[in-house]
Formats: sequence, C-alpha cells, structure tokens
Amino acid sequence: MIAFLNQKRAVFPFFWKAAQESGEKMGIFEIMGPVMVGPSSSHTAGAVKIGLVTRKLLGEKPAEAELLLHGSFAATGKGHGTDRALAAGLLGMKPDDVRIPESLEAARKAGLKLKIGTVTLRGVHPNTVLLKVKGVSGRSLEVVASSLGGGRIKICRIDGIETNFSGERPTLVVHNIDQPGHVAAVTTLLASRGVNIATMQLYRDTRGGYAVMVLECDQPIPEDSLASLSKMDGILKITYLNLDR
Amino acid sequence: MAFSSVDGLLKAAGTSRSPLWAVIMEDDLSDRGATRESSLRQMSGLWEAMKQSSRDYSAEARSASGLSGGDGAKMSAYAGSGKGILGIFPDRIVAEALRMGESNACMKRIVAAPTAGSCGVLPAVIIPLAERDHIPDSEIVHALYVAAGFGQIIAARASISGAEGGCQAEIGSASAMAAAALVSLKGGTPEMSANACAMALMNLMGLVCDPVGGLVEIPCVIRNTAGALNAAGCADMALAGIRSRIPPDEVIDAMRSVGDSMPSSLRETGRGGLAATPSGIAAARRITHADP
Repeated sequence: MIAFLNQKRAVFPFFWKAAQESGEKMGIFEIMGPVMVGPSSSHTAGAVKIGLVTRKLLGEKPAEAELLLHGSFAATGKGHGTDRALAAGLLGMKPDDVRIPESLEAARKAGLKLKIGTVTLRGVHPNTVLLKVKGVSGRSLEVVASSLGGGRIKICRIDGIETNFSGERPTLVVHNIDQPGHVAAVTTLLASRGVNIATMQLYRDTRGGYAVMVLECDQPIPEDSLASLSKMDGILKITYLNLDR
Repeated sequence: MAFSSVDGLLKAAGTSRSPLWAVIMEDDLSDRGATRESSLRQMSGLWEAMKQSSRDYSAEARSASGLSGGDGAKMSAYAGSGKGILGIFPDRIVAEALRMGESNACMKRIVAAPTAGSCGVLPAVIIPLAERDHIPDSEIVHALYVAAGFGQIIAARASISGAEGGCQAEIGSASAMAAAALVSLKGGTPEMSANACAMALMNLMGLVCDPVGGLVEIPCVIRNTAGALNAAGCADMALAGIRSRIPPDEVIDAMRSVGDSMPSSLRETGRGGLAATPSGIAAARRITHADP
C-alpha cells in the first residue's frame, strides 16, 4: 500500500501539468455571448452558422437542400431544433434571428425544398451534418461541417475535398487546377491589398488535378480583388465568405 | 494574451492603476486588436440582450419536446406574493433563472454566459440586483467584464463545456463568474472576486451533466437556480471577508481533474444520472417517437 502511494505521488506532477495544458484559450466574447436563439450553442447556434456558411459557399440562393444528420445531431437534433437551425442558416438567418423556430415554414414560402434525414459518417465529430445543396441557377455543392461547441464550427469537406476552417474570419476558397504559380498569384494579390493571411491550407484530389486552397484572412478582401482573382488563368471557381458582411 | 490563472489576473490588477474590469478588457483588446469603444459597445449589447430576453419571457411558451415551460411564471407569481421562505428578492432570483432557462429551451433569444444551458445564472442575479439597487448600466457592463475574465481562466485551466467537464463546467462556471461579478458590483476588491469565484466552484464541484433525452431542459432549467443562488451566497461570503481556504487556481484545477475522471455517461451523453431514471428514459422515448 505504501509502495502504491509513493508511486502515485511520483506520477502526480505529470498529470497536473497535463491537465493545465489541455484547457482552451478563449476571448472574453467567446465566454460572454453569443446572443443566440436556444436551446443549444452546439446543436442550434452552431447549426445555424453551418447553414449560413453553406449558403455563402454556394454563392446564391439555395433551391434544394438535403440535410443529413450524423451522430448526436441525428439523435437529439429534433429536440434541439437542429433541422430548423440548419434551414434558417440556409435562408440567410444568423444565430440570433428570432424567426429560427419557424424556419421550416419560411423555407416552404421561400421555395427552398428541404429533405431531412440521417447518415453515418466516418471519423467525424459527433455533431456533424452533410449538406447537399443546389442553388437557383443549378450550381451544386456538398459540404460536411461539424459544430464544435459554443457555437463554433468547422467546415470539414467541400465537394469531397477535405478542409478545415471556421468561417469566423473572412475566408477565401479558391478552386484551381493543380499547377505551379496559383498560390503565389493569390497571395501576391492579397499582399498588394494589405490583406494579411491568418491561416492557409492546400488540398488536391490528384497531382495535376483539382485543387482547393482555403485562406483565412485578418481583413476583408476588397470586391475588385475577388473579381480579378476569379478571372485568373487556371482558377476554376472562387468563393468568398465574410459573415460580418 | 488571455489570462490563464487567477493569480496572474490579480497580479496584473495589483500593478495596474485601472480597475479589475479594465485590466480584463485591455488584455482582450491587445489580443484582438479591437478598440475600447467597440468592446464596450459589444458588452453593452450583451447586457441589453439579457434584459430583452428577460422581458420576452412567455408563460405560454413550451419547448419542442413539451418538457419545459411555464415554471418561471409560477415562481414569479409566488415570489411576488411575499410568502416565500427566502423572501421576495431571493425568490425573484429563482424566478429569473427559471424564466431564462425556459426561454432557452423554448427557442427564444438568450445570451450564452458561458453556455446556452447556463444562460440563466448571470441575468438571474444581475437583473434583480440592478433594479433593486438602481445600478447604472455602465457599472453592470463593467461587472460583465469581470465575469468574462474569470470565465476565461476557467476555460483555459479547465473547461466550460458539459461534454468535457460535466455540469460543474457549465452551471458551476456560470455561478463562479456571476459570484465574481456580483462582488465587483458591490465594490469588493479583486481578491474578494477571486474568493467568491473559488467558493462558488467548490460548492458545485462534481455536478454531473445528465440531460434527459440529451436535451437542454431537464435538469438544466432548474440547475440555473442553483447556480444563481449559489453565486449570490458566495459573493456575500466573500464581501463578508471570508476567503477560500484553497487558492482559486487550485480549485479550478481540481474541477478539471474531477471532470476528467467523470465517466462519459455523466458528460452530456444523456445516458446517466437523471437521464437514466425510468422517467427520464420514458420521456426520452416519447420525444424520439413523437411526430414532428
């Protein structure tokens, strides 16, 4: 018994240190707030944000949407209004919009056809949804997104390509052909306009194939820069996301 | 950078000529590159939103599951009758906590502080106190910075998520933040705020997260009352000069290790505690099989 106690004392400082290191640095307005429609910051507020980011990524009004809920979203989504929250976001509402509870009705009125179901995805956060959306002009998009808690979200996949961004900052998503020079062209243009890149991620399906770069920025990107980016050779599509706009 | 210890916060406050709330705000400003004006505007916005959601409470509203609603109105009527054991003012705190918790469950607009499930704790103590003592809005806004500062430290050292640390991390954190804020509203020192925070966490340490059906309703709504009354009591103890015998940072670290040793059934999975009672299971089954 004494030997056991001694042993325990020896390992204790290690655990202590580990515990102190694993907390999370949060800003004061991540602690206080957000102002949101209840009942759950992850299952409701986060879900609204996922819907809204998906709408912005689509770049136009959605006409059809299939919402496939995974894990805890599927299990408790109805009671938490996750379905209504996602629909509200797709309609352009923010997490504090008091019309969220009536969003399914609002979607019908707005001509947004919704299909809600469940799905089992592999290797994802418990609060995850797969959204298959089609815009009014026929543009389509598939997004996998997770709600991480406290209303914060992560976009995990766009059109089958893995991504990892939150939508909290102005975010530029560039779809291009995988060839030399595109990253340099995009970053040079942003630098020339005084836009600082906070994080940057590159993904591609195959060498020389379809590539996606995701740039989270500290400043909003001016409209004319977006226009000139989309005209660049080898760039297939750009999507710009700024939730503050 | 954000404070990660109560000790560090108190040292910073000790060497600064600014009040505690301003030390917390300045730290956040340098972190985000934000201006003082925009920060104050944002915090005032949260205070206005809290008051608005208190006004927007509806006695008739019911949650989608049908499990929540109407209790806040019952408690308000009882508190107003003056027959309560605690008395009119504390009973008003209980009523306000229920109303906020129910508004959240009924998909109304609330202010997460720090979470949606614990959104009733801070407004339940601050709104009645502001009314009773005629406290100007600017002072309340300052107190909210104090609440946020202590919340930041709890998040950094432990957690404010029920899925990670149980209800002690949600209602416990909210109660600790509210206690610290109340002390500063009453003119207490930063050390007193820290002691109130520590005592509030001590009282709720070990509280598990066991929501029926996984929904933010049972027992979340009721637990907001525990967090609110505890905050007021701990603030009064600290103002009376009572100190936490365990330093605040060590209390927070203990809360972390208690959370880490909680089984997952007691961390927001809806599989243990009240969720696993026969009535809890039956209620969850009714919700799952109900028509939309």
